[in-house]
Amino acid sequence: MSSFWSAWIIVLTLATLVALIWLLRWNMKNYTHIEEGQEMDHEFDGIVEINNPLPKWWTYLFWACFAWGFLYLALYPGLGNFQGLLGWKSSNQDVQSLEESRQAMEEAQEQGLIVEYDRAVRDAEEKYGPIFEAFAEQSIPELAKNEDALDVGQRLFLQNCAQCHGSNAMGGPGFPNLTDDDWLYGGEPHDIKTSLLQGRQGNMPAFGEQFTDQQITELANYVASLSGRNVDPKLAEAGKQNYAVCAACHGQDGKGNQQLGAPNLTDNVWLYGGSINKIEETLHYGRNGVMPAWKDILGEDKIHVVSAYIYSLSND
Amino acid sequence: MSQTIPQQPIEYNMKVVRQFTVMTIIWGIVGMALGVLIAAQLVWPELNFNTPWLTYSRLRPLHTNAVIFAFGTSALFATSYYVVQKTCRTRLFSDKLAAFTFWGWQAVILSAVITLPLGITSTKEYAELEWPIDILIAVTWIAYAIVFFGTLAIRKTSHIYVANWFYGGFIVVIAMLHIVNSMAVPVSFMKSYSMYSGAVDAMIQWWYGHNAVGFLLTAGFLGMMYYFVPKQAERPVYSYRLSVVHFWALISLYIWAGPHHLHYTALPDWTQSLGMVMSVILFVPSWGGMINGIMTLSGAWHKLRTDPILRFLIVSLSFYGMSTFEGPMMAIKSVNALSHYTDWTVGHVHSGALGWVAMITIGSMYYLVPRLFNQKQLHSIKLVNVHFWLHTIGVVFYIVSMWISGVMQGLMWRATNADGTLTYSFVESVQASYPFWAGRFVGGVFIVVGMLIMAYNCYQTIQAGRRETAAGNVVQTA
Repeated sequence: MSSFWSAWIIVLTLATLVALIWLLRWNMKNYTHIEEGQEMDHEFDGIVEINNPLPKWWTYLFWACFAWGFLYLALYPGLGNFQGLLGWKSSNQDVQSLEESRQAMEEAQEQGLIVEYDRAVRDAEEKYGPIFEAFAEQSIPELAKNEDALDVGQRLFLQNCAQCHGSNAMGGPGFPNLTDDDWLYGGEPHDIKTSLLQGRQGNMPAFGEQFTDQQITELANYVASLSGRNVDPKLAEAGKQNYAVCAACHGQDGKGNQQLGAPNLTDNVWLYGGSINKIEETLHYGRNGVMPAWKDILGEDKIHVVSAYIYSLSND
Repeated sequence: MSQTIPQQPIEYNMKVVRQFTVMTIIWGIVGMALGVLIAAQLVWPELNFNTPWLTYSRLRPLHTNAVIFAFGTSALFATSYYVVQKTCRTRLFSDKLAAFTFWGWQAVILSAVITLPLGITSTKEYAELEWPIDILIAVTWIAYAIVFFGTLAIRKTSHIYVANWFYGGFIVVIAMLHIVNSMAVPVSFMKSYSMYSGAVDAMIQWWYGHNAVGFLLTAGFLGMMYYFVPKQAERPVYSYRLSVVHFWALISLYIWAGPHHLHYTALPDWTQSLGMVMSVILFVPSWGGMINGIMTLSGAWHKLRTDPILRFLIVSLSFYGMSTFEGPMMAIKSVNALSHYTDWTVGHVHSGALGWVAMITIGSMYYLVPRLFNQKQLHSIKLVNVHFWLHTIGVVFYIVSMWISGVMQGLMWRATNADGTLTYSFVESVQASYPFWAGRFVGGVFIVVGMLIMAYNCYQTIQAGRRETAAGNVVQTA
């Protein structure tokens, strides 16, 4: 904030408060020519007003609030750029990355500032860090048998993952079911943890430009036939001609490719719906699946515990 | 009691007051019934009927617009036009402009009733209406200001009565808030984007939002209080000097209070602290209004036993005192950390809206209806009493439910386990809230039933008045 605006705020704030103090003091004296307790000399549609003094207790309340207000503005930020005598702030507000945040945290500590957010983070790390460090020493399959760890993992899951994958982890349209054995990027402990740490980008290209609607219908029928569904054999046969394009990712046999996150098309598990219509939609417009990276949000140790919870769901 | 000034009969413009009075009651029923419907939808989501324009998300803004701008603001139009004429002893400055404000304002409300369920919204809370409607609001409001201040200018009294200070303050500030906050870039006839972005947009929005509460729902209704409480109690106003201090302190502090809606957000620290400091100090002048209103009753307390209209007015002041204590407290950051985003906020708003705004309005309407429609008194005082108890029980039911669920939600959201993870998932707090949402629904039903009784009572009064007028009788009222 420029010093002009800072001054503007300070002057306006203090002027308001000082004017109100003057207003209160002015009205504590009887400046009218009417005696206290008597009616004022104006009348409005039969309504008159009495010149009663301000209630004493009310004026004390006013003074107390003013005093508190000045004290607060002296201690905390409020008057423009003035930081307050306590050196308090809620957080390091201008940081753009985790790196900058850590740097700002250190600087604030060196300067002896009280940064509420930093303090909360430090306290939490100190208090809860060791619990998760201990969990991190066990392997994911081991943890998946540890009831305590699973409880913690489930709570983290409910807070952070359930919004997309559902509280029962069974997913929904566009969000994979985590309780079955069908894994887009692999279901081994390491795969799950990698998905959580780094996130995933699933990209099914759109073929609406390359193929005609008829060709897309044919392809959809062929794709549906891969999981043994009853489809129009003629359409499916015709669709097979163009399947080579799909095979690049989904494989000639349609079993998918976990390296690419290309779904298995033969198992009748459908992330975006398995009706002919939905498959056509997927082919026509493509799909973009995004699993966010949680490394910077939860940290590796917590992710380790969540991974164990997710692993346990399909490995009882 | 006071020196009587010889008065030649003044031809007041009561037509526009009558129109706004009737619409206040009708819009009150509509707005509150909508509130009951969306309260029920939270308990029984099937009541969305799988129909887009009946979903909670679209009806909720319609509910808030209906109660604030249709019910509340119609009441302010009606009473301000009445009070300014009576206390200035002159007819409205312009009958034509006054009629324009009535039809203009009804057109605004009608547009809201159509556009909001269609999902046409600017998405700014309490300012959802799109830009063409915003322009109509601005034009109507400026006409309102001209009528009101024009009438003050041609007044036959030497001073301006305190009720008119509050009405005047509310009219000026609402014009400023509405115009500044609604600045937008239109992209089509029914879509626009705010002129502001990011934290500035949020700050402008809550500068508007909080002062819509502070000026429309507080200052405006204090104007109402300053006329109808002394009139109905037939007592002088307690303290002239108290009204001077609390008026100037109230209007100069309220305008700073908006940032307390944005505690612990991307808003800079200094803005949050400043908003909090001013909000806390605001507690004192807010109570100034309550003291002046309630103390006006000194020497007439016994009237509360027999006069349910006065009871509406005085209990509204108690709710006003309660919410203006609660508000500054909730503006304190550490309290806000618990209360924000919970039902506590909803309860707070409704103790203001149903306790203060609705009750002072209902009392004032009961005062006005017989006087406007050529009757000595209402069709039935007994029914006013029934309405009073239905309303009071309904409000208490509503706000107590919201207090419990609000504090419960706040505590559930912050509860942590020994490992630092949160104890409850969000949906568990939703599940735990159901009984209280049902309680709120019951409270709402009480309130709407009371409003229907009011409509019946006023309808009978108006009909009786019509019969008298047709028979050529003029019934003298106080």
